[in-house]
Amino acid sequence: MLSSLTSLLQLAPQAAAKAAAAAKGVKVPTPDALTHHGTFWMPEQANSFAHETDWMFYGILGLSAFCFFGITFAVVYFTWKYRARPGNMKAQPSILHNDGLEVTWTLIPSIIVVIIFVLGWRGYVNMATPPKNALEIKVIAQKWDWFFEYKVGPSASFTDTELHVPIDRPVRLTMTSKDVIHSFYVPAFRIKQDVVPARYTHLWFKAIRAGEYRLTCAEYCGEGHSTMKNKVVVEPPGGYELYLESKQEELDTMPPIELGKKTYQLCKPCHSTNGIRGNGPSFQGIWGTQVEMSDGSKVLVDENYIRESLMDPTAKIVKGFAPIMPTFKGTLRDKQIDGMIAFIKSLAK
Amino acid sequence: MSHAADHHGGSPFIQHHFDDAGHQFQTGKLGIWLFLVTEILFFSGLFVAYILYRAQHPEIFEYAHRYLDKFWGAVNTAVLICSSLTAAWAVRAAQKNQKRLLTFCLGFTVLAAFGFLGIKAHEYHHKWEHGTLWGCRFVPDEDPHGKALKPVLPAPGCAAEGFTAPKPVPGKVYDGELPPPNTGMFFSVYFGMTGLHGIHVLIGSFIFIWLFLRSRRGDFEPDYYGPVDYAALYWHLVDMIWIYLFPMLYLIH
Amino acid sequence: MYMGNEAPTQKSFRDVKKGIKSWLVTLDHKRIGMMYLTGILASLILGGSFALLLRFELFEPGGQFLTKQQYNELFTLHGAVMIFLVIVPGIPAALGNFVLPMQLGAPDVAFPRLNLISFYLWIIGAILMLITLFAGAVDTGWTFYTPYSLQTSTAVVPAVLAVFILGFSSIFTGLNFMVTIHKFKPQGMGWFKMPLNLWALYATGLIQVLATPVLGITVLLLFVERVIHIGIFDPTIGGDPVLFQHFFWFYSHPAVYIMILPAMGVVSELISVHARKHIFGYRFIAYSSLSLALLSFLVWGHHLFVSGQSRLATMVFSALTFTVAIPSAIKVFNWTATLYKGSIRLNAPMLYGLSFILLFTIGGLTGLFLGTLSIDVHLHDTYFVVSHFHYVMMGSTLVAFLGGIHHWWPKMSGRWYPRRTARACAVGVFFGFNQTFLPQFVLGSRGMPRRYWDYDPQFTLLHQLSTIGAVILGISLFITVCYLLWSWFKGKPASSNPWGASTLEWAQPSPPPLYNFEEPVDEIPELYDYDDLEYDEATQNWVRNPPVKA
Repeated sequence: MLSSLTSLLQLAPQAAAKAAAAAKGVKVPTPDALTHHGTFWMPEQANSFAHETDWMFYGILGLSAFCFFGITFAVVYFTWKYRARPGNMKAQPSILHNDGLEVTWTLIPSIIVVIIFVLGWRGYVNMATPPKNALEIKVIAQKWDWFFEYKVGPSASFTDTELHVPIDRPVRLTMTSKDVIHSFYVPAFRIKQDVVPARYTHLWFKAIRAGEYRLTCAEYCGEGHSTMKNKVVVEPPGGYELYLESKQEELDTMPPIELGKKTYQLCKPCHSTNGIRGNGPSFQGIWGTQVEMSDGSKVLVDENYIRESLMDPTAKIVKGFAPIMPTFKGTLRDKQIDGMIAFIKSLAK
Repeated sequence: MSHAADHHGGSPFIQHHFDDAGHQFQTGKLGIWLFLVTEILFFSGLFVAYILYRAQHPEIFEYAHRYLDKFWGAVNTAVLICSSLTAAWAVRAAQKNQKRLLTFCLGFTVLAAFGFLGIKAHEYHHKWEHGTLWGCRFVPDEDPHGKALKPVLPAPGCAAEGFTAPKPVPGKVYDGELPPPNTGMFFSVYFGMTGLHGIHVLIGSFIFIWLFLRSRRGDFEPDYYGPVDYAALYWHLVDMIWIYLFPMLYLIH
Repeated sequence: MYMGNEAPTQKSFRDVKKGIKSWLVTLDHKRIGMMYLTGILASLILGGSFALLLRFELFEPGGQFLTKQQYNELFTLHGAVMIFLVIVPGIPAALGNFVLPMQLGAPDVAFPRLNLISFYLWIIGAILMLITLFAGAVDTGWTFYTPYSLQTSTAVVPAVLAVFILGFSSIFTGLNFMVTIHKFKPQGMGWFKMPLNLWALYATGLIQVLATPVLGITVLLLFVERVIHIGIFDPTIGGDPVLFQHFFWFYSHPAVYIMILPAMGVVSELISVHARKHIFGYRFIAYSSLSLALLSFLVWGHHLFVSGQSRLATMVFSALTFTVAIPSAIKVFNWTATLYKGSIRLNAPMLYGLSFILLFTIGGLTGLFLGTLSIDVHLHDTYFVVSHFHYVMMGSTLVAFLGGIHHWWPKMSGRWYPRRTARACAVGVFFGFNQTFLPQFVLGSRGMPRRYWDYDPQFTLLHQLSTIGAVILGISLFITVCYLLWSWFKGKPASSNPWGASTLEWAQPSPPPLYNFEEPVDEIPELYDYDDLEYDEATQNWVRNPPVKA
């Protein structure tokens, strides 16, 4: 409680907060998650147009405070001054309506809201219009993780679960979902857009501060909705290119089993490695065995079966499980599939 | 004022909280009109779905509407219009205290309603036989001109949801015009609209059976015929909805 | 005509014909209103218990005692029970049924049998909700968005069936009230001599009749989808999941005006009576009710700003959303002006009325943030939205409901609740409510999404503050329901006009006889005019001086 109180006042050094979390046995998350950076109301401004959003917010906040305290003062003052007491047991004579007053307190708020609308709309148009030279990254949402596809060549791309972007460069995201509606939300960037199946939606931003920022799903999508959290890593100058190179290097040089272990993170929500049954069968010890399918037939767990399960998961369903596995066609490179095969092979009983 | 015995000197069906028969009738009239407004809004969702899907996928509607049998659709339209006539005539008969005519008109309306439903059942049965159904069940065995089509599930997601298609016959010639993707959506809209309409026809037929029985008991007179009037209004709306559905689904190219 | 202090000539509607069976087949609007009130308050306790479970789970990050699935089911059921069983029927069914015919000087509503049917439809809907609870619950959120609601294995079918049936209950009530006002207004009560409570119920009826059928078709299509896979909203076969959102919000936005308009009507009565002053700006309040009813149909797209709808639609809906703020603001100014030079009594109804003004102001102002496009992108689907709608649905509508119950309770039951306890609970509700929901605005602006079982540790303190508030709020509400139940049976007898109000319902004994206003009313007291009323200490009753013609 104390550590959260001090974090509220932005006084806690991150070390103290980390220690408190570690003491509770909680895995220490990224720095952004533990402490709040930014003002009382808002997270830090890590995107080029965050300050515009904040400016509007504080403006309306000020206006609201003025109106609210005005009304409160009037209500409290009248209630006290005109309370029922000997000498004031009847209302004093007064006018029952005043058209001039009505028109005034209709017109003034009307003008104010028109101004607010126009300002809000202008900010929105800016948010909805990406600059022409934006870096394109594809986003795929599925229960319950985010996948990001980076183009590394004319026909080459790779997928990662973290979003890395260069600093000070506009980035445009093209997003789709493989199953239900999700929503891509980065509070520090002040951006949000629903991610819908069977169509593409877009958003853009230009990160202005290096660091890691929380990415959350903001449209309820089932059991794992609150765990569909991730991060956006804004790389310092040169960092993005290094990241792309390291990913390519991983693919080229990482031993298959290690690559498979990394790729397995995508499977982890549904497939365990310790024998415990989840939404999908555990991988432990299945290599080389015969598994019964829902139609009664038996299938050998070999390279072909694993490849087919990744590309066309509903072709064969293991008996006792629901046909809910999404396809990874287009998401995984051949090397990653080879890695999965090697990894599963290594999971003896 | 005693409530048990007072019938304002007229029909026993005038309720005691009304001033008189006229008050009850006018109140009921306002009530039924408001109810009909709710019915229009109830159907409006499907009309909006039709308009949007047609605008976004005209090829689906162009292809699939040819599956519908214009002849039976036209017969049904005529049946409903006649039944609206007899319903209106029933109201007139009640106003003029023509009790036998009233009973006859109500009875005819019931028969027409069942006629409509019978024809609809025939149409639905035909579609069931030939696989021209909604969504993932759209596995037609022939194209709108009668040429054979290979049975195939309409979308990749259908197998995962447990739908199956019959096996193709080896050696058979499948030369029908292939439907555009997601053509099953036409039948989703068709069955949605005609199904909801059919339920309203069915409910209407029960209402008119009840009125028929009441009229045989002699319940209705010039001072009290509200239920006949209100039911006839409902029936006219049901008829009017069909008059929109028929060209929208069967006729427009 | 009843003068006010003499003993009633007939048994009250409570005492004539005793026994549960006579209540269950009654056609009397007063008995139906009381049965609704019982069911609705029970549902409030049920939905509130779900909320407390959620808030306890959210006391710390990570799982405390609920699994993710259980949490998701609880917030869904909390929303569904509160919206469909409590707040939408709420004031019209429980208070309107009782008060509307009496304020018109009418013997009953236009269609008493339809009224009973409305009540049984509510019961059937409530039973189906309970069945849903025990048949595997539902985890889609009360909004049932597709495609998730098409895929989840939870009991969506009974849940949407419940919503469908409850929709008809609402439609029939609204229809009944509109027709009653048109056809049972007495001679001498033109439209602009009608209590504002009736204007509010009329405007509400308009929305109930026009909007609810669209919810009907939406949930019907969802039902048909679950049962036979018709596919209109299923993207895998060409359907459009965003179309579902448009259909759903086309009803659900006007629905929030079904919730707030009756509350505003009640507040107009509360402020006027308990400040003993004519309401200020009667015509503007009446017109604003109608304009809210109309404008409420034009703004549904503000729930879809980030859904992927076109930029043009987004812009138009934002502009229209701001227009709907103005009539509400007009009312707040008029109520405040009514207090000026009044003679204000701080009894429980007035405390709730004043709470309403302050909490509704916050609720309405925070709507400005959400209507502003650039800000809504950040705030949509965060706790800011959760707090905003609790301020208007609970802090405003529920508070007005409670105020109305306390105002009309002496008339309905013929008894008094413990008045000091009631005032304490009103204060408890006000402070508990703010303690619960003010921190949630900050949670939202800092980026905490809604419908989250787990959250980042940085949000912990704000959640803890909120949970403490929920406990205070829950205790206050629970005590309130308890003393109301007690008072029905054991409260001190109340006089016919204990508050000195001027509308017609107070011209009947407390509780009223089964057949109220058998004879048409021949002299209607001047609306919101308290000059002729004098307090009689001996009978604790306000009587007219000079007395009304017999």
